[in-house]
Amino acid sequence: MSAAVKNGGDFAFTAANKKWAAGQIAKYPEGRQASAVMPLLTRAQDQNAGWLSTPAIEHVAEFLGMAAIRVLEVATFYSMYRLSPVGKHVIEICTTTPCWLRGSDAVVAAAKEELGIDFGETTSDGEFTLLEVECAGACVNAPVCAIHRKYYEDLDGDSIRAIIQSLRSGKEPDAGPQIERQKSAPVGGPTTLTEGA
Amino acid sequence: MPTLTINGKEVTVEPGSTVMQACEAVGIEIPRFCYHERLSIAGNCRMCLVEMEKSPKPIASCAMPAGDGMVIHTESEEVKRAREGVMEFLLINHPLDCPICDQGGECDLQDQATAYGRGLSRYQENKRAVREKYMGPLIKTVMTRCIHCTRCVRFAEEIAGVPTLGAVGRGEGLEITTYLEKALQSELSGNIIDLCPVGALTSKPYAFTARSWELKKTESVDVMDAVGSAIRIDARGNEVMRVLPRLNEEVNEEWISDKTRFACDGLKYKRLDRPWVRREGKLVEAGWDEAFESIAAVLKDLPGEALAAIVGDLADMEAMLALKDLLGALGSARIECRQDGAALDAGCRAGYIFNSTIAGIEEADYCLLVGTNPRHEATIINARLRKATLAGLKVARIGPPDDLTYRVEDLGDDAGLLKQILDGTHPAAEALQRAEKPMLILGQGALTRADGAAMLGLARAVADKYGLITGDWNGFNILHTAASRVGGLDLGLTTEGGVEAILSDAAKGKTRAVFLLGADEVDMSRLKKAFVVYMGSHGDAGVSEADIILPAAAYTEKPGTYVNTEGRVQRAQKAIFPPGDAREDWTILRALSDKLGVTLPYDDLAALRAKLAELLPHLEETDTAPQAAWGAFGGDSKGAKKGGFALPVEDFYQTNPVARASRTMAQCSAMMRGEDEDREGTGTDG
Repeated sequence: MSAAVKNGGDFAFTAANKKWAAGQIAKYPEGRQASAVMPLLTRAQDQNAGWLSTPAIEHVAEFLGMAAIRVLEVATFYSMYRLSPVGKHVIEICTTTPCWLRGSDAVVAAAKEELGIDFGETTSDGEFTLLEVECAGACVNAPVCAIHRKYYEDLDGDSIRAIIQSLRSGKEPDAGPQIERQKSAPVGGPTTLTEGA
Repeated sequence: MPTLTINGKEVTVEPGSTVMQACEAVGIEIPRFCYHERLSIAGNCRMCLVEMEKSPKPIASCAMPAGDGMVIHTESEEVKRAREGVMEFLLINHPLDCPICDQGGECDLQDQATAYGRGLSRYQENKRAVREKYMGPLIKTVMTRCIHCTRCVRFAEEIAGVPTLGAVGRGEGLEITTYLEKALQSELSGNIIDLCPVGALTSKPYAFTARSWELKKTESVDVMDAVGSAIRIDARGNEVMRVLPRLNEEVNEEWISDKTRFACDGLKYKRLDRPWVRREGKLVEAGWDEAFESIAAVLKDLPGEALAAIVGDLADMEAMLALKDLLGALGSARIECRQDGAALDAGCRAGYIFNSTIAGIEEADYCLLVGTNPRHEATIINARLRKATLAGLKVARIGPPDDLTYRVEDLGDDAGLLKQILDGTHPAAEALQRAEKPMLILGQGALTRADGAAMLGLARAVADKYGLITGDWNGFNILHTAASRVGGLDLGLTTEGGVEAILSDAAKGKTRAVFLLGADEVDMSRLKKAFVVYMGSHGDAGVSEADIILPAAAYTEKPGTYVNTEGRVQRAQKAIFPPGDAREDWTILRALSDKLGVTLPYDDLAALRAKLAELLPHLEETDTAPQAAWGAFGGDSKGAKKGGFALPVEDFYQTNPVARASRTMAQCSAMMRGEDEDREGTGTDG
């Protein structure tokens, strides 16, 4: 991970985000406003098309009265902060052991083929970015991917293609299990306590 | 008071001490990389692990508070294994390029690997490589060698007060860098080279020039400003290779400014190494005899009142006394040390020194700065002020605003405010009144004003009125910028009208001969008519109108006595010989006096120093800050006018002939102006 270079256009929180940020800062005691750096960075990233530019980092630093390097340290520490531009839709596919055992390789291969890009890359039209993430914490529905903070679960090659195609056509595909299944309940209906049901 | 048992020995330490400090109290050395006495505790290198009974695993002694009844072992097998393990991990990603590393020979990692590490490495895999980082013209980085102790990060944040260094990334990707790889904008940046326990941060100007074991070390004092920092001059042959700080708790602790550290290459350039004599308008090389005879020919029939002398910023006491005596023998008492025209009064010592002392700043609770920028005028004092502000000192300023690296309440850039404070009509008056140990620092920016004498009187009146001087506390301080100034004032080298009168008399032809002792900061064009003898080390401004140039030794080339801004008498030592025909200043004056038929009454340094001590008994007491009696000084405070202050130091890196000759200082000066685009190509170097 390299240090961010001077990049991106001017950045300032919108009036609504400013108000929201003030609420975050108010959670901490006087003089400890730096504690609010992480939620503010997340909000700045959301406002700035999904990534943290240098001006965005500096704006947060100024907002909290911190040295810019201190904010950069936080931003480079967590992989959830992105320091270079991303596509409109960021697809984060989990490849940790449970997802991998349940076939994430096929999901990854299908996504890469459908988008024509590798992990960490963005499509030339600026629509999609594909990322590999560590355990998303939804192993019971493995394999999973996250798009716009929604989980798409029980994936296979076809369902990830369908999701991408749906996003490409401007629709928002339904989140949750992509197979016949209610949330994390057993596939194919209940297997216990069936009597009297 | 917790009592611990360390290796079977009982020791009682102050509450709040750490286990490491307790170990040191019984004389046990604990290896460490990240821990540093003057920085906050990080506890991340793990080298200081020791065994504590009832603890399931070794503890980091630097971060563990000493508790009552603790039983510590530092020599056990477990500790040995822990140290070996930590060392092995530290060396995993270390390039082991000691043969091409400038830290070699004075490297903590090297030393501790030898003392506490295993003889062999079991690591077979690839090592990581990290790109170099640009940190300005002074600091060379080889970041592959970095062990992430974060001493430099903590120094920048805590001591220097410029939080631009940090550790970005995490895990194996962690890298130390300045924000966006800008140069480190601090006058103290060179200290991170000393702090770095490995060869990641080394001196750029010194790179690949010498090995530490080849150097002859001479303990001396610095003359780049009036602080008188303790330094060690490292020389090889007859060349000063580098300057390092020496520990002096009362003055510079263990820090020195970048000018002190890096201006030493100026000792090699623009040097005067032989006498020059002006013939038919042109300077031509000459021998000593010829130069002396030319001087004698002019001075022979000159009445004493037509002769004057100006003393420069780097002059030692010995040279000043010799010059004073020489002039006296020739019938003139017109020798002036206030080159900048400051309206200082040599009559009362308390009126021209930093009475609170530098260490005393930490006792103060309120500080008023008047017409000064201590960051540029006395970086080390500014660092002490910053340290005190972190402990609660409140600082207010009357003068041009600038970032001093700590919080300063700006009252405005108007001398009239000081008058309001005296009248009690300004809110700061109340703060001064309330403070238990208030201090006032009066800078040369106030004293060089046209109403400088009145400003001095006004400041004195404020000091008197608000109880700055009590039984054991004197909060009245003059901040000098020149190493020679307090010594010159001690010798009484002040004249009616000061430098201005000498210059105007010279322009009018009333003063016909002027002797410049390394004086380069006066308007030379006004000396055109006079016969000018310049004695100094560098071909700086002073030589432009000189008729005779006498080459003299620089501060590293002579034993000299200097008095710093506190009035502390310190002795500089001779580290190398002056170049060519250059000689120690006082010996030149002694030889000249012979030629002029007014032989000075000292044949060696001891005799000269005996004469100095006879005149000024306090010079015998070196390395202490003597108390000066409060007395009358300064002009009538009613004469003080309104208006802003012009600060004495415009460019921190270019304040004296040595610094102006230094290429490193020129690069720093360009860097501060934002003209450091000439960055070197980067690689990983390992």
